Amino acid sequence: MASKEKPKLAVWKFASCDGCQLSLLDCEDELLSVAGAIEIANFPEASRAVVKGPYDISLVEGSITTPHDAERIHKIRRQSKFLITIGACATAGGIQALKNFKDVKEFIRLVYANPSYIETLNTSTPISNHIHVDYELHGCPVNKYQLIEIINAFLNNRKPNIAPHSVCIDCKLKGNVCITVAHGTACLGPVTHTGCNALCPSYNRGCFGCYGPKETPNTGSLADWMSKHGFREEEIVRSFRGFNAFAEAFRKESESHEK
Amino acid sequence: MKILIRSNFDLLLEALRKNNYKTIGPTVRDGAIVYDEINSTSDLPIGWTDKQDAGNYRLEKRNDDALFGYVVGPQSWKKFLNPPVYKLWQADKRGHNFEIIPEKIEETKYAFIGVRPCELNAIFIQDKVFTSGEYVNKNYKLRRDNAFIVAVNCVESGGTCFCVSMNTGPKAEKGFDISLTEIVKDGHHNFLIETGSEKGEKILSEIPHRTAVQNEIDSGNELINNAAATMGRVLDTSNIKNLLLNNLDHPQWDKVAERCLSCANCTMVCPTCFCTTIEDTTDLTGEHAERWQKWDSCFTIDFSYIHGGSIRNSVKSRYRQWMTHKLATWHDQFGSSGCVGCGRCITWCPVGIDITEEVRAIKESSK
Repeated sequence: MASKEKPKLAVWKFASCDGCQLSLLDCEDELLSVAGAIEIANFPEASRAVVKGPYDISLVEGSITTPHDAERIHKIRRQSKFLITIGACATAGGIQALKNFKDVKEFIRLVYANPSYIETLNTSTPISNHIHVDYELHGCPVNKYQLIEIINAFLNNRKPNIAPHSVCIDCKLKGNVCITVAHGTACLGPVTHTGCNALCPSYNRGCFGCYGPKETPNTGSLADWMSKHGFREEEIVRSFRGFNAFAEAFRKESESHEK
Repeated sequence: MKILIRSNFDLLLEALRKNNYKTIGPTVRDGAIVYDEINSTSDLPIGWTDKQDAGNYRLEKRNDDALFGYVVGPQSWKKFLNPPVYKLWQADKRGHNFEIIPEKIEETKYAFIGVRPCELNAIFIQDKVFTSGEYVNKNYKLRRDNAFIVAVNCVESGGTCFCVSMNTGPKAEKGFDISLTEIVKDGHHNFLIETGSEKGEKILSEIPHRTAVQNEIDSGNELINNAAATMGRVLDTSNIKNLLLNNLDHPQWDKVAERCLSCANCTMVCPTCFCTTIEDTTDLTGEHAERWQKWDSCFTIDFSYIHGGSIRNSVKSRYRQWMTHKLATWHDQFGSSGCVGCGRCITWCPVGIDITEEVRAIKESSK
């Protein structure tokens, strides 16, 4: 093969806190190898230098909350061979999707002195509601090792080793004692996508569901557990209404507990 | 039968360590009894017991200082014999080829202290899976051959125990190096000791002990019989294979699927569940690759993924697969049931699905 050109990577931001793209800078030890294997062509958080598209890989952070962004994402799709959304905002609408459950106009009236300057959509939606997405990497924020794994898998033409099963499996692989069974602590682990290496349960805290719903999540059964253990309906609503509130399984579950 | 007095129990651990065994046993961590390295009896859950029910586990203080006054916790010995995650081999790229570098087999000699009869039977089942037939898991075999087993007979039963139904307890009949029956009675605290191997006899010869008197042997038997008579659960195994396989479309599978979280906890805690998956990793340059083995579960979608998709998309089909394999088709595959009645899948299911209740529901409606 002729001397291989390095694949071009671009990082794009929509409505988000920047935490996920910062995970890439947070790679530290691995960052040099990443930079050695790919050309970072567009990554405003890291460098002002911008290389023109098209791009081999686009990492998209953030959700769609404005008419302008709803347009912009299509342009990015057209310039990207392989488009990966990263984080709860891009994959599920993020914490800002809480507005999807309320009247946005009322928020604007209450918060802004001059509401006429505000141009926003009524909803915060995942990127996949607007364009075709090649891969979704979950998490709030994403796990930096999984982020590298995605790039690694792309470079080596293989499937990423990123499992869609419950957090429980990670707890058991680590030898954690189940906090639900042994302490009676409510934990979203059984319905949540793995990826954090069971961070909270490892410190005796219930899972908050940062990585969103796992494959085939039985949220109803877990909500029954909560009811039986004295949780009120509004507490059940709140537990499913976090960073991944608008992810379908969590959204349906929380809505079913609102009167 | 011999007697080891409580105050000499540490000498047993010392003798094992002197013979280069790493002593592993029950210890309290995070509100449960787990298996970990223990250096003296003070690491054991002295004076603790466990209250278990479906989806519920709590430690409580006993009113004596028994060393083994509880049943099984969330972990089993498979964590040591077939570790949850380990590297099988690595490879480096050499031009257009690659060179495989085998992983050195870890030669730790484990002494397992406090292996319950149901767990011993679970080890026999995994022996069959990993070491019989044409393909032998060398890692498992080495660890298993090196292991020293101190079995502890159960003198009390737990809330989710049903070893009597599965004919796996509460007394260890074979396969141990040393077996113990703990007797705390009338101000005495002793262990009835039996040896089951030359290794066991050698260790026993290195620690002070005396011959048991009939009265002590009777006390031990009485306690074990009492445990057998007070099982927390019962599983009717008569004709169970046909019962399950003739009822693959029974509405109970839909009912259990409404509750099942498909979280895989039951399979992770099961001492006989042996499934693993393989994960191949590369470095960014693609010059170096590694192959890792990890515990897997039939409750995940990927488990039954073949070209075109997953065979068991519904939770119903996954639960049915697990239970019918465990209780029915295991007989065809390995010549025994895959269940030893330890009750872990009942206790550690977050929503308390009870395998004995599921069998009963199918049985009663099929009469």
